Amino acid sequence: MITIALHVAASCVALALLLNGWRLLRGPALGDRIMALDTMVINAIALIVLIGMIGGNDTYFEAALLLAMVGFISTIAYCKFVLRGDIVE
Amino acid sequence: MTVVADAIVAALLLLGSGFVLIGSWGLVRLPSTMERLHGPTKATTLGLGALLVASVVYFQAKLGIWTAHELLISLFLFITAPISANMIAKVHLHRVHVGAIQEPESIAGPPPRPSEDSDWATFEAPAQHTPTSTANT
Repeated sequence: MITIALHVAASCVALALLLNGWRLLRGPALGDRIMALDTMVINAIALIVLIGMIGGNDTYFEAALLLAMVGFISTIAYCKFVLRGDIVE
Repeated sequence: MTVVADAIVAALLLLGSGFVLIGSWGLVRLPSTMERLHGPTKATTLGLGALLVASVVYFQAKLGIWTAHELLISLFLFITAPISANMIAKVHLHRVHVGAIQEPESIAGPPPRPSEDSDWATFEAPAQHTPTSTANT
């Protein structure tokens, strides 16, 4: 039962990543693209957690935690660059 | 693994991945940028939260160890998600304000002004004598 649920969940997350990619390419506003990238990071974390569960290995969580931090910092840096034309003033 | 743990993990996995999918579907379907901000919040909180709780229960049932670092990811995302949403909304407001983009047609309409005689605080210059840093005070 868990194997089936894991594979269904991974397919859902992969489909969600594709939808985010569509929004990233389509836009139309810059804010939409930043938001699509931010959501892609969230979905990538979900996918890493699922891969860790499929492989039965709990060392993937360090990668997920790092990706959560890098994703947040990059979203803020991108927004800051658009707002101010500079990241660290 | 017991049948109970099995059922809990499967239910949480389906709930979480369903919400992740709903969040991205909202990102695609909603008509304007400010409304699109609403979609991915579901994926961040309930979607990823349920997946992380599923993995806590899964590794407890499989290896017999309680792990907490999944909850650490969830806590971190709960703290950071409003900040990034606020920054994205600010980017959008400023882009509309300078005329770089048009406010698209939406269900809720454009965001209302906060009051009659003033605009959003993010458009205004800081008040006089506002310190640029509070590090040395």
